[in-house]
Amino acid sequence: MTATEVSTWELVVGLEVHVELATATKIFCGCRNQFGDEPNTNVCPVCLGLPGSLPVLNRQAVDFAMRIGLSLNCSVQPSIFHRKNYFYPDMPKDYQVSQYDLPINTDGFLELPDGTRIGIERAHLEEDTGKSTHVGGGGRIHDAGYSLVDYNRAGVPLVEIVSRPDIHSAEHARAYVNELRAILVAIGASDAKMEEGSMRVDANVSVNRPGDPWGTRCEIKNLNSTRSLGRAIDYEMRRQIDLLEAGERVVQETRHWNEDDGRTHTLRSKEEAFDYRYFPEPDLVPIAPDAAWQEEVRASLPVLPAGRRAQLVERTGATPETAGVVVERDLDAFVLDSLAAGGVAGRLLVHAENNLADGTGRLEPTTFAAMTVMEADGALTATQAKTVLQELVANGGDPVAVAAAKGFEAMDDSALAAIVDELIAANPEPFQRFREGDGKVTGFFVGQVMKATQGKADGKVVTRLLQERAQA
Amino acid sequence: MSSAENTARGIAAAVRAGERSAVDVVEEHLARIAGREGEIHAFNEVLADEARAAAEAIDRGDRSGALAGVPVAVKDNLCTRGIPTTCSSKILEGWRPPYDATVVSRLLAAGAINIGKTNLDEFAMGSSTENSAFGPTRNPHDTSRVPGGSSGGSAAAVAAGFAPLSLGSDTGGSIRQPAALCGVVGVKPTYGLVSRYGLVAFASSLDQVGPFATTVADAALLLEVIAGHDPMDSTSIERPAPSLVEVLEAGVDGLRVGVLREMVDAEGIAPDVRRRTEEAAEALAAAGAKVEEASVPAATLGLSAYYLIAPAEASSNLARYDGVRYGLRVDAPNTGLMNEASRTAGFGAEVKRRIMLGTYALSAGYYDAYYGKAQQVRTLIIRDFQAAYEQFDLLLSPTSPTTAFPLGAKVDDPLTMYLNDVCTIPTNLAGDPAMSVPFGAGDDGLPIGVQLLAPALGEATMFRAAAVLEGVAP
Repeated sequence: MTATEVSTWELVVGLEVHVELATATKIFCGCRNQFGDEPNTNVCPVCLGLPGSLPVLNRQAVDFAMRIGLSLNCSVQPSIFHRKNYFYPDMPKDYQVSQYDLPINTDGFLELPDGTRIGIERAHLEEDTGKSTHVGGGGRIHDAGYSLVDYNRAGVPLVEIVSRPDIHSAEHARAYVNELRAILVAIGASDAKMEEGSMRVDANVSVNRPGDPWGTRCEIKNLNSTRSLGRAIDYEMRRQIDLLEAGERVVQETRHWNEDDGRTHTLRSKEEAFDYRYFPEPDLVPIAPDAAWQEEVRASLPVLPAGRRAQLVERTGATPETAGVVVERDLDAFVLDSLAAGGVAGRLLVHAENNLADGTGRLEPTTFAAMTVMEADGALTATQAKTVLQELVANGGDPVAVAAAKGFEAMDDSALAAIVDELIAANPEPFQRFREGDGKVTGFFVGQVMKATQGKADGKVVTRLLQERAQA
Repeated sequence: MSSAENTARGIAAAVRAGERSAVDVVEEHLARIAGREGEIHAFNEVLADEARAAAEAIDRGDRSGALAGVPVAVKDNLCTRGIPTTCSSKILEGWRPPYDATVVSRLLAAGAINIGKTNLDEFAMGSSTENSAFGPTRNPHDTSRVPGGSSGGSAAAVAAGFAPLSLGSDTGGSIRQPAALCGVVGVKPTYGLVSRYGLVAFASSLDQVGPFATTVADAALLLEVIAGHDPMDSTSIERPAPSLVEVLEAGVDGLRVGVLREMVDAEGIAPDVRRRTEEAAEALAAAGAKVEEASVPAATLGLSAYYLIAPAEASSNLARYDGVRYGLRVDAPNTGLMNEASRTAGFGAEVKRRIMLGTYALSAGYYDAYYGKAQQVRTLIIRDFQAAYEQFDLLLSPTSPTTAFPLGAKVDDPLTMYLNDVCTIPTNLAGDPAMSVPFGAGDDGLPIGVQLLAPALGEATMFRAAAVLEGVAP
């Protein structure tokens, strides 16, 4: 497919994200909510759905659901639970307690780092099911020799976050999931690990010609990483465009992403879809968080990643991209503290973005600040600064002392000029190309100077000296 | 059977005073069971050994509980730890709950002795106890007749003197109708007054546990023991158990009592039942109540709404019996077929009928016309009762249209069977309390009960009137 063909189609994606809440206990009983325990050890009559047992809602789960809703700019409204009825052995009651037409959170949005707003239709509470293992046959329930079920997960609280179909590229879908994860982690509502299943993403994908109504959508399941999400959306978009351009129709269905062959496959068609026979759950009472409870939750929320990025941009002049990386690494507070200690914003950001991926270790905002001042004053070259920084992270200490111990001292310009002149004399042909404006040769000369000076030269000074000689 | 020493109050007082041993009390009741249980079949299981052991413990230890040494029969849809709880269904074959229902815990904490698990219509669906997988219970007053249902075993056990008290559950009349047919007192408390935790659900928004007793005072005593907030039941009302025994002598002077015209005149109400209801109204008037006619127009729609709402909830509540985790499993080539084979073999005809009805009522495209409409009717019924209770403190009606009918008379005609509950169902839909009090006999010599209805949490007023009727019953 050529680029022009794709550009005549519009991709429409909506995401449904399930997150397990980091509550101490399950949503309707007192059993531990703990991933990875021995199977069927965190169970009781309630989460096993034994005859006669009844659910009692966990207040902390409501609290976390509100944290999520308020963080996604949703309205929190009085809500009720419904029963979603279907038979499956990992669901102890053969119905799932979920929210249907009155979810706790509605109508919000999530802002991506590039400023795009993705609408949030709802974020509702529900219970998780158990976990099945189908042994033998094709590993599917219908042809398995036998199946094992672990009910530890049954009754773990979930919030399902449903986006509006506002996503128009795989890249934005990934950015949405990454941003959502950052928010969930920041507010402590979930550890949001796709690989452990505490965050599960389904994608609704359709294509249409610009100006036309939305096309028929397919729901893609089994997306276990943001990489799978992106690949699956791209594959599915192509599949649908190919069908439509061949004059065929897209059939509404649920499709399964296969990581190995890089394709989506039919899981069940619309005709096979369940009739869930939703009706209000009579064993639970409505949830109506009053204004005071909502305010308490709102007041306890930390500054969210978007706010932190904005703050960093405003205070340091960082680009949105740099701010995104620094906040994702949780280094923004450290950078701002270092700025307050007199650091040089540009240098702080460069190091935070490139040289502090493994954390700040024994580095202090004051020493970080002092080091960037030395760098800005020309007392340290960029290369030397990186070395000093590594030492400060590993062992702490004073940057001046560290630089001295390493033998770093600024070379004076005349010494440097002599080395540059020698190099030009030895390399007339590259210098001629430099003179003719071939910028790529700059790196060659700077590298040679660094080699000759064991990294003590300042690259910017070398470039200036070269330019002076080229124009002479 | 209601001579003072055989009432729960009499037994508890004697045991407390050291005049009778709990062991003697239990042996007397076991002897009565041995004498007549063969023909009546009130129990799915008589807990003779357990009851003897519990009685010995009472005699050795604490005799201060409100029900110390009192045998109580427990409907077999209430969970009892380690003791089979069958709901009179094959589908729960072999299942022993790992926990006690809250009401059972409260009974035991009060010193009561569980003497056995009583028979019922399968999953409490029925009005004659003929829908039991283990065979019908018979009416102690005439064993060719049904005891009513679904709590027929609990009603018969009390009527036959097998226990002075029993627990039942009432979803559409399952305590009050068998109480009427067996000539005992039966109470359906306000929804939420008694915990449902451990009551195997039939229709969650309607189910309520309540007492059977030979006297109004005993019923009050048992209700005091089991009522009160339970944090394990989200629909439990957050208030302590009401004081009932202490108000029993208060009389009805000045109370406004409405005779429910829609129910007295309902189609199928037998003349003798109507006559006894009128006599009860006169008796209350004679005792000082202001008696007038009352109307709850939407109550006539109760039966129709009930047979959509209750089966809808049941279709969901009974989904869990799938052969996967407990109870009956019929093996089949894959999980789906195993679910199907187990449910086909495990459920009886009436349960299957209601699961199908309820599944249909909730299906996409039918929900609004059936379940949704029924909920609107329910709202109307609640509103009409509220309006009536602005004028009246209590309402009065027949409990059951007729006296006990012969076994087999209605089993092939579900609709006629359903009509048994025409007077009792509206209170379940409204969530209000109601009780049946024995009030003389019919032309056939069999017991008749009249029903007292009260607004939510109006139990105390209701019991006052019940005590008056008990005192003057023909």
